[in-house]
Amino acid sequence: MAWTVLLWKAPNLAEMSTETLKRTPLYDLHVAHGGKMVPFAGYEMPVQFEGVKPEHLWTRESAGLFDVSHMGPCFLFLKEGLGQDGAHDKIAALMERLVPSNIAILKPGQGRLSVLLNEAGGILDDLIITRMPGEGLDGMLYIVVNGAVKAEDWAHIERELGDEAALQKADDRILMALQGPKAEAVLSEHFPEAADLKFMRCAYLQRGDEKIMLSRSGYTGEDGFELLLPNNPYGLGIVESLLADERVKPIGLGARDSLRLEAGLCLYGHDMDTTRDPVEADLGWVIQKSRRERADFPGAERILSAFKDGPAETRVGIQPLERAPAREGTEIELNGERVGVVTSGGFGPSVDRPIAMGYVRADLAIPGTQIDLMVRGKARPAEVCDLPFVQPNYKR
Amino acid sequence: MSTYFTEDHEWIAVDGDVGTVGITKYAAEQLGDVVFVEVPEAGVSFGKGDDMAVVESVKAASDVYAPVGGEVTEGNGDLADAPETVNEDPQGKGWFCKIKLSDKGELDGLMDAAAYQSFCEGL
Repeated sequence: MAWTVLLWKAPNLAEMSTETLKRTPLYDLHVAHGGKMVPFAGYEMPVQFEGVKPEHLWTRESAGLFDVSHMGPCFLFLKEGLGQDGAHDKIAALMERLVPSNIAILKPGQGRLSVLLNEAGGILDDLIITRMPGEGLDGMLYIVVNGAVKAEDWAHIERELGDEAALQKADDRILMALQGPKAEAVLSEHFPEAADLKFMRCAYLQRGDEKIMLSRSGYTGEDGFELLLPNNPYGLGIVESLLADERVKPIGLGARDSLRLEAGLCLYGHDMDTTRDPVEADLGWVIQKSRRERADFPGAERILSAFKDGPAETRVGIQPLERAPAREGTEIELNGERVGVVTSGGFGPSVDRPIAMGYVRADLAIPGTQIDLMVRGKARPAEVCDLPFVQPNYKR
Repeated sequence: MSTYFTEDHEWIAVDGDVGTVGITKYAAEQLGDVVFVEVPEAGVSFGKGDDMAVVESVKAASDVYAPVGGEVTEGNGDLADAPETVNEDPQGKGWFCKIKLSDKGELDGLMDAAAYQSFCEGL
């Protein structure tokens, strides 16, 4: 049989073959816990520990620890006037040149999902932008971009904003997520501040000389946290003691993917890319009314007309009606005519059935619409459905 | 009855000129939880090494190759409703199909149980 591990395609195979894979600060811990290591986004990452399904289910019922140090955390701050009156408005105005979301309105410690846009309105990446908490830090944003495109994202931000703002990369640190219904109880034993945070809020903690970014966010649909920790014995000690807790297990990329798919969350490079605008990607909600009215973001003309006239295709949930999963790239047909494509698909362990998302012709984007998935040349019945497949447990 | 193994982790148990084909315990463990199996129907013919079946785990879809050439006499219909059988009993109830061998000489290139075990240990 062929060992096609479809989900773990390196984003750029040509580059991978000549470049040494990087390791995150948690590499040795993964190996010690029996992690099966694979190339992913230029790093050697654990695809699974005990197995995708048990790890997935464990995260939904207890707490899963994910290494996401391959991603792109960074700080963007004013070169002059940091901490002064109006500093947040200034850094927000700079960032709003690149993204269509209202950044100015963020309260200290508040974060939101947005998209980095090119001049044509195509999506360069999705990212979380957080206003740093604490008055002295006004004028600084904490931004996390995707690992596979972080070099391009950072070059883009520096090229566009470099005269007035400085970018400090933080991908040499430990970035980890603790997700699941028991995440708050576990993490509060180390950081009591965790219990006070609401969804998409962030705290900046100091323990002696150590600085920690703690956000209530994640990529599983569960309540949970993301922590940026120093890459030193203190940071590693936190991760080790979390893993030593019997409520916590390490979780690999496999379950990370099935969890986010059940939660209806997009994976950049698969469910969206530069050929898609935020409206067709069903991410129009990241563009607040004030920004639509100002129409001052990259690609505003295309995006606003997509709002007005409707896009040609749109991203939807897809429910296969038989047991065969439909993977990424599966063509969608209606009466023999191609009407779309699956962009993420597999099996959802919590819902115990195959699930998918993809793009269909906009007039078909109505839950219940019958479509065919062309799996290995055979038409398999499916229907368009609402996302997510599993209701989120965010603590709002 | 003799059982032979391939480097691609299929097994074939031969009785007369009919062989029962499946994937090995090692393969099933590597795949993790099997959620769907597509087995060939009776009457379909394959050459040695052709794509013969598909096994999907939570992780990925994998092709299963015909260990020898021949005509399928029976597919394991039970796997449609119980794909987890492949994990529970890969070299027994989790069989994929039965093949009427077109050339028993093709078995010569395959491994016996001992050779396959040391092959897996080397992976």
